Amino acid sequence: MKGWLFQHIKVMQFTLRRLRTTPVASLLNIVVIGIALSLPTGGYILLQNVQQLSRQLVGTPQISVFLSMNASQDEIAAIGKQLQQHPVVARIEFVPREQALQQLQKSTGLSDVVGGLSQNPLPHAYIVYPKTSDAREQEKLRDELRTWPRLEHVQLDSEWARKLDALLKFGRLAVLILAALLSFALIAITFNTIRLQILTQRDEIEVAKLIGASNGFIRRPFLYFGLVQGLLGGAAAWLIIAISLALLNISLADMAQLYASNFSLHHLSIGDSLTLLVFSAYLGWLGALLSVAQHLWQIEPR
Amino acid sequence: MIRFNQVYKRYPGGYAALKNLSFDIAEGEMAFLTGHSGAGKSTLLKLIAAIERPSSGSVLVNGQNIGALKLGAVPYLRRNLGLIFQDHKLLFDRNLFDNVMLPLQIVGFDHRESARRVRAALDKVGLLKREKANPISLSGGEQQRLCIARAIVNRPTILLADEPTGNLDAESANDIMDIFKSFHQVGVTLLISTHDESVLRQYQSRTLTLKQGELQS
Ligand SMILES: Nc1ncnc2c1ncn2[C@@H]1O[C@H](COP(=O)(O)OP(=O)(O)OP(=O)(O)O)[C@@H](O)[C@H]1O
Ligand SMILES: [Mg+2]
Repeated sequence: MKGWLFQHIKVMQFTLRRLRTTPVASLLNIVVIGIALSLPTGGYILLQNVQQLSRQLVGTPQISVFLSMNASQDEIAAIGKQLQQHPVVARIEFVPREQALQQLQKSTGLSDVVGGLSQNPLPHAYIVYPKTSDAREQEKLRDELRTWPRLEHVQLDSEWARKLDALLKFGRLAVLILAALLSFALIAITFNTIRLQILTQRDEIEVAKLIGASNGFIRRPFLYFGLVQGLLGGAAAWLIIAISLALLNISLADMAQLYASNFSLHHLSIGDSLTLLVFSAYLGWLGALLSVAQHLWQIEPR
Repeated sequence: MIRFNQVYKRYPGGYAALKNLSFDIAEGEMAFLTGHSGAGKSTLLKLIAAIERPSSGSVLVNGQNIGALKLGAVPYLRRNLGLIFQDHKLLFDRNLFDNVMLPLQIVGFDHRESARRVRAALDKVGLLKREKANPISLSGGEQQRLCIARAIVNRPTILLADEPTGNLDAESANDIMDIFKSFHQVGVTLLISTHDESVLRQYQSRTLTLKQGELQS
């Protein structure tokens, strides 16, 4: 066990030394891997931020229930009561048509136009806050309300959020495809690096085979190299994203002030960061494994 | 220990390097292999180490049929052999010490014990003082001795040497033969190929003579 551990430590030291003997080539490889990985990862983190922002903006969605113009006071009260007792409804708010008009005047700056109206065109309305945050449940409630009598129009205000969700889903798919393609690129980079290493170490491999090295022993330093290079590439990707986000946040701070919000982009969570590192290390290892399988058997001592 | 039974070796292209070889080498024996250039000496030694496989017939080492050995088992066969190559096969990207260390690294030997053994092996061939040097700076005879040190460091029971005294002056050749003799004395089985008549005359060991790939009696 101790011998085994020692051997692995030895191979690790050897791997790091090998990385250092060709610093420029190693650095370039790591940066290229880092850039390749930072594209899909960056896309992922941006999508996550957009999603969070949309949640923050929407908050709990509401259902606006506009009443018929010809509904009587009693009917309006009855509808209010019925809404209040509905099991999915948390609370309701009554907006009289006069108040709605005032709000319209204030918020749109169309006071002249609105003031010129001879008659208030707006109906009385209830604003319904559902208990559930599940979009499908909310839609079910909306559809149910639409069947009620004396209601002119029922509108679920989270509809645009749903459209955004669909867009985000599309974005995630795009990121996934990008990730698959660039993972392949990472494997190819490692494959080629290891191929060159095997070629330059032909003599060593041949001699090692002649004096009884197992395939595992010969493969190990190459696999370690792929693993370490992948890991460092993953770390580079993390850094690239961290720097980009920091820069974006600086310019975002100005914009956020305009919108009176304190929104800022957040980086990968610890779990996601670990996933990135493990995944990139795995891809490097895989590229090395494929390369070794492809090239090592060609070297047979004679 | 080593048994050849009607062994033929044809290289790709159809050239028959060895024809109908049958012989035995007992445990602890020191035997010589001789013959003209191209007679098949290297080929015979390669068959024992599974570097080449026989085209027909069987090669047994310690009762193991080399021709039928699975690829995965070859390294374990070679770890029990000490191989000294005609072209040395030293690594010039590391010093003497690390060259001799390689066989022990391969088997994952304990580090401190390995270092001790490497120094003992280098001492045996008279190169201990130069353990930090690069093998490229060694003379032909010294490179040959380094190759011997690497072959003996994991204490093999069988030592195969391909022309270990080729291109060496008489004195250096004697040094090397003395080293082999000392291994013979501790019970190692040796098969040494050579076309050095003086070496053959000096030792009255059994000699296998090859001619055009056939054994002369
Ligand atoms: N890999 C090979 N492919 C084809 N022919 C080969 C190969 N290796 C050796 N031979 C041929 O087999 C014959 C025996 O070669 P081998 O190397 O065994 O001779 P040798 O007795 O060791 O000669 P030398 O004393 O010059 O080292 C030679 O004719 C050689 O050309
Ligand atoms: Mg030869």
